[in-house]
Amino acid sequence: MLEILLVLGIPLAGALLLAAAGERAHAPMINVSVCGLTLLAAAALTVRVISEGPMLALNKLFFVDPFNVFLVALTAFVGFTTAIFSHPYMRIERAHGRVTAGRLRLYHSMFQIFNFTMLLALLTNNMGILWVALEAATLATVLLVSLYRTPESLEAAWKYFILCGVGIAQALFGTILLYFAAEKLLGAGGGALLWTELNGVKGDLEPTVLSLAFVFLLVGYGTKVGLAPLHNWLPDAHAEGPTPVSAVLSGLLLNVALYAVVRCKVLVEGSLQTSFAKELMMGFGLLSVVVAAFLLSRQKDVKRLFAYSSIEHMGIITFAFGMGGPVASFAGLLHMTVHSLTKSAIFFAVGHAVQAAGTQMMDGIRGLITVSPMIGWGLALGALAILGMPPFGVFASEFLILTTAIHDHAWATPLLLLALGVAFAAVFSKVQPMVFGETSVRRLPHPPAMTPVFVHMGLVLMLGLWIPPVLADWYRQAARLIG
Amino acid sequence: MTSIPLWSQLINLLAAVLLLLAFAMLAQRRVLTLIDLFAAQGFALACSTGIVAFATHQPHLYWSAGLTLVLKVGVLPWLLHRMIERLDVRWDVEGLINIPTTMLIGIVLVVFAFNLAFPIAQLANTVTRATLGIAMASVMLSFLMMITRRKAIPQVIGFLSMENGLFFAATSATYGMPMVVELGIALDVLVGMLILGVFFFQIREQFDSLDLKHLEKLKENE
Repeated sequence: MLEILLVLGIPLAGALLLAAAGERAHAPMINVSVCGLTLLAAAALTVRVISEGPMLALNKLFFVDPFNVFLVALTAFVGFTTAIFSHPYMRIERAHGRVTAGRLRLYHSMFQIFNFTMLLALLTNNMGILWVALEAATLATVLLVSLYRTPESLEAAWKYFILCGVGIAQALFGTILLYFAAEKLLGAGGGALLWTELNGVKGDLEPTVLSLAFVFLLVGYGTKVGLAPLHNWLPDAHAEGPTPVSAVLSGLLLNVALYAVVRCKVLVEGSLQTSFAKELMMGFGLLSVVVAAFLLSRQKDVKRLFAYSSIEHMGIITFAFGMGGPVASFAGLLHMTVHSLTKSAIFFAVGHAVQAAGTQMMDGIRGLITVSPMIGWGLALGALAILGMPPFGVFASEFLILTTAIHDHAWATPLLLLALGVAFAAVFSKVQPMVFGETSVRRLPHPPAMTPVFVHMGLVLMLGLWIPPVLADWYRQAARLIG
Repeated sequence: MTSIPLWSQLINLLAAVLLLLAFAMLAQRRVLTLIDLFAAQGFALACSTGIVAFATHQPHLYWSAGLTLVLKVGVLPWLLHRMIERLDVRWDVEGLINIPTTMLIGIVLVVFAFNLAFPIAQLANTVTRATLGIAMASVMLSFLMMITRRKAIPQVIGFLSMENGLFFAATSATYGMPMVVELGIALDVLVGMLILGVFFFQIREQFDSLDLKHLEKLKENE
């Protein structure tokens, strides 16, 4: 209870503080410490949930179970490391004259608001508040994406706003339909949108309404997950915004949106007793994997390249949750974790590489390893990890997903393997010359922040070799919940 | 044949007005008139919510109606007007959209929406269930408007009027969402509008116009 209030209260207070203290030189440090405190509060919440089991708080308004608590911990952790990365990154951006002090104030404040909305979306028990929080997260990131005020960033932000706005309006309609079905069983009022209550009566919810609701919810939240064919906003927003924002968009926001889809899927599956929801998710997931894999080879901008890779991985995770069952759901949760850690690490490295080269075009980034070995190695390791090379964690989760697919849905296996192969060829052939070879990059005016990259990569490596029993147990409980 | 109570007839009338206004917005080329139509739609929505509240004795719907009145008839149109004045795009007329074709597509959408809503309306036990189809139709018409418009402000008005349709759907299917959710949605809409205001100025500063054709540079292979 207290922990929940702290997890939500700290970033909110931090946003106000940063809006007020804004342009001072130590604002980035405040940002880091606020994120650090949030992480501590999230850790306390996690310990509490591990020892005492799921809990409801504040008039059932908040609900914490193994499924969302691990996402809360992940969100707070990546938020913290991104804040650490953003400090030197933004200093270099200022030295390059891309942002002013006033913009940095907006940036820090919105960064905290964004953290707050994601944590609220994860912790709330009310499907309506979940919607509100995700919409608020969109609004906060619109301002972050357009931070540089270049024509391209404005276009990206506009596209993001309109597409996600329309998408999320579909999700609102889905939520209305869900409430409509629930209200008959649970009575009017706030209770009928509480996930725990809905989960209790899911067997009696009207199947026709729920199947229609799920279509709207999947399309709506799926837009935010970046599932094809509604993924258009994602590469633009990732490429044109500041890199720390790309890192949290890919690493966190997509996860939170997918979390919303999975929560809905649990309800719909309970009501329908058919594989309708599963098939829909598997279809969208597979389509995203294939579409993204084939678009990867056509990219010239390094941030767009990894944005497409995020679409691909979100597709894999959606596919895994679509298959369902203890192994696939376990693998999906593991993949959510490792993708989030790896992709944010890659964006950290890419951010500094772009600063060193002065361009986002991959043709202009050459031989990173000679000028700054840390950035070069960070990028190389990150790319290998995201491509599913053993011994990194991505390999473990992809292996589990593939073996389950071979066992349960053999038809999908060739498509998945083909897409993974194409993605490997595309990304590897593009990253290799960026890291090695003749150099074209300069030194950075300030030391880069490479610690977060290697901390993330270390964790991903650990998850590939050995999953701590506590975490494994957690995943198993969450997987049982998801079904 | 039993006679239909007066308030029910009124709700049906307002629902029809709502749909008509959605079509009018689809056909309207001038930005200022578009805002007035949007305000009128908000007013119809607030009235129908108020009538439902009165007829079914749902006190929280009065709040919802009041909120709609303040936000969608007062604050949002005012903000839009102010924005237009400051940006000086008053005479912005949309060119080159084929209105008759759009209207025809609109009619097809309405038929589709009624078909989609029919099985659900059958399940509803609210007195207003007949209007669910209309709510869905106005959501789809606003959607169509967003697709066909080339300028920023009409797109946003389309977005807001989609929100109107969704609210109407919520009232007619379930007598409104829980209060906390409705407040949250209202807050999001308002904040979104303010952010867009800031955003318009940025676009304007950058391109000297609010025509979205400037915002089509980001494509694949670039």
